Amino acid sequence: MNNFTVEAIELTRLYGGREAVSNVSFTLSKGEVLGFLGPNGAGKSTTMKMLTGNLAPSHGSVKICGIDMMENPKEAKALIGYLPEMRPLYKELTVDEYLTMAARLHKVSSKHIKSAVETAKERCGLGHMSKRLIENLSNGYQQRVGIAQAIIHRPMVVILDEPTVGLDPIQIRDIRALIREVGGEHSVIISTHILPEVEMVCDQVQIIDKGKLVFNGSIDVLKRQRVGNKLLVGLRNAPATGELLKIAGVVEAEALPSGLIRVRFEDGATPAEAIVQTAVQQGWGLHQIAPDQTSLEDVFMQLTYQEQGVAQEQSAA
Amino acid sequence: MIINVARKELKSVFASPMGWVILSLLMFAFGTQYLNGVNDYFAVMSGAMRPAERTGVTQFVGQSVYGLASFIMLFAVPLLSMRLISEERRSQTLPFLFSAPLSLTEIVVGKFLGLVAFLGILIVFIGAMLSTLNIWSDIDFGFLIANSLGLLLMVSSFSALGIYFSSLTQQPVIAAILTFVALFALMMLDRFFFWRPGQYSWQFIADTSLSVI
Repeated sequence: MNNFTVEAIELTRLYGGREAVSNVSFTLSKGEVLGFLGPNGAGKSTTMKMLTGNLAPSHGSVKICGIDMMENPKEAKALIGYLPEMRPLYKELTVDEYLTMAARLHKVSSKHIKSAVETAKERCGLGHMSKRLIENLSNGYQQRVGIAQAIIHRPMVVILDEPTVGLDPIQIRDIRALIREVGGEHSVIISTHILPEVEMVCDQVQIIDKGKLVFNGSIDVLKRQRVGNKLLVGLRNAPATGELLKIAGVVEAEALPSGLIRVRFEDGATPAEAIVQTAVQQGWGLHQIAPDQTSLEDVFMQLTYQEQGVAQEQSAA
Repeated sequence: MIINVARKELKSVFASPMGWVILSLLMFAFGTQYLNGVNDYFAVMSGAMRPAERTGVTQFVGQSVYGLASFIMLFAVPLLSMRLISEERRSQTLPFLFSAPLSLTEIVVGKFLGLVAFLGILIVFIGAMLSTLNIWSDIDFGFLIANSLGLLLMVSSFSALGIYFSSLTQQPVIAAILTFVALFALMMLDRFFFWRPGQYSWQFIADTSLSVI
């Protein structure tokens, strides 16, 4: 007996013969936050629509807590809270009316509707907006109403499509905290194209490009790839790169156009101290030394780019 | 669950001025017709007619009000039904219903019942208005109930057609026009093929040939 909350098995969706999503398989366990990354048009939203039963997959299946979405859609959908990319808000209603309606449609028993609405409002910081028309709320507050509607029935899985789009930095921070909090008890899937966000809130990352999964694993793997084994060193009187290679552990030194030198060292070695000492002894004029972090963007670019390269080779062969 | 979808529809009709405006405008039209009916009744039935040809006040006034109601519904129902599905598709709120634990049947039937319930309010109001005649005379409630039921069934069929056209397009206005044209065409067909004794024979032939087909 596994305790996966979400199981996607070889999901494929064809749009007029073109594969928008092809063979995407993954699982998610309880209490995990999964980040979905990908460039525009990669198939993030399509995958999410299939997971929530808004779109039928051409092949493959989705299971929510072991319940098949195609065979028992009602039972499976009862376990999901979904916020699509376009917020499905009825703008002529007030926040309270809308959330009550959402609770009722998600089969919250009539006794608990009131408390469910109160809890959802409190969690999303909407307490003082109860009687306002949704139409008159700011973008950020509308987004919160959207999230409140997705968590009101305490679903096992919360699926949020680009939850932080168009928000100001403070609101983004609040919503990230909320996602983390929700992730404590439910499973959460979020999609985004903001990479640091994934790093902040997610346990698991999936990178999807042109409908294919390019990377699927824990965030730590991605972080490790990111920190890497490079140092950026700034020297006023830089010696020839050969001098640097003499320092124990240094494998490669490369002068960058910016005047800095990128030093690559062996795995496990920590040559920073040795470099500083040598620099001082030799009078190289050390003014900067820092780990050279490949940004998540670079990792992302590499992964999606590699995939393209492979595809090109294949088509060439 | 169907009831919850219907409640949602009713709520959104009354959350915007649309519902209230339509209710009040239609009641104004029916009220005027009612008033005219009562006035005409006294003018027409004032003794110029032989007693055998006189009709009761219920039938005289009721006929004019319900006659107007069935005609006005031809315009009112498309205006109300147009937004049911196409508006939700356009403003992308349908995923809200699709991701709730509802089947498609529940969503469609719920929307239908919501609209019929709204129009039902109107029908109850018309019935109540005509019942006020009972204060001054003794009216035929059977006539009222039969007419109300007939009107309810008619607007239900109009609504069903309206929902169908609303699901075909994302533009509510197009849905309204299509519904109106379809309803109007059905009305015309009804006029052409409805056979009464003494009508022209070609209509009878057309009618029988249709029934053979």
